[in-house]
Amino acid sequence: MADTTQAGAPAEAEGGADGHHPTQQEYIRIAVVLAILTALEVSTYYFEFGRAALPLLIVLMAIKFVMVAGFFMHLRFDTKLFGRFLYTGLAWAVVLYTLTLLVFVVDANQ
Amino acid sequence: MSVATHETSMGLDHRKLAMWIFLASEFLFFGAFVSAYLLYLDTTNRGPGVEIFDIPFTSVSSFVLLMSSLTMVLAHNSHVRGDMRGMRLWILATAGQGMVFLGGQVYEFTVFFREGLDLTQSPFASSFFFLTGFHGAHVFIGVLILLGLYSLSLTGKVKVGQDVKTEMVGLYWHFVDIIWVIIFTVVYLIPELRVGG
Repeated sequence: MADTTQAGAPAEAEGGADGHHPTQQEYIRIAVVLAILTALEVSTYYFEFGRAALPLLIVLMAIKFVMVAGFFMHLRFDTKLFGRFLYTGLAWAVVLYTLTLLVFVVDANQ
Repeated sequence: MSVATHETSMGLDHRKLAMWIFLASEFLFFGAFVSAYLLYLDTTNRGPGVEIFDIPFTSVSSFVLLMSSLTMVLAHNSHVRGDMRGMRLWILATAGQGMVFLGGQVYEFTVFFREGLDLTQSPFASSFFFLTGFHGAHVFIGVLILLGLYSLSLTGKVKVGQDVKTEMVGLYWHFVDIIWVIIFTVVYLIPELRVGG
């Protein structure tokens, strides 16, 4: 049956192939932190943060991104090569499109 | 350890390797749409702009999608532990949250349409609908994959020890989530700062 629970294996299986993945309780704690960070993000809509709002939103976005990628996508526990793929793809996209947008901005100002 | 491993010469599962390369390439897709949106942010043709956004509503949708990442990772965790019943439960919860998110997006698009913001109204409208719609299509595909995984598990075609299959679906789902983390900030919250200020 597909429902078989292998009672003898959970200690090793808990951590997957390399044995270092978080437990269910740890995943829930990570999700709580993510929820708090999201609430903080949304608070910029309701409260005046002045000039700090933009950097705050960018930092919160980056933290959430790294937390989901690191813990939920297991980048912290898997081979570093996977992380390099993800962050290289992201960096390449950021550089490429920042340069593209700069061309438009410079062109508009001429 | 998976029942059947598909290792590359580097000792890595080639399916996971392919998934990571695919996800990395997806950044370029989404990057193009985000750039177009930023470029046309003020090109509204005197129609509705970012002030039309309903931030409280989108915040709830974003929260639902974020929590779907938790249920997805719990599904994988259950699969790794050999708890297939738990895995299926969490998979259904994830798919359900994905559908709630999609329902929210359909509602949001309908409201915008009624308020005069349609796909061809302005460059701003086109870039907004293409970006969020493209992401919504990814969520829709993700829901289909989740339901497929659920069915395969139910019929015994995904078994204990084949947790890499759940992990692969999870990687895709988490990617869709982290893209929304970016979209929520860059498309909704940051432009709203200008409106508020």
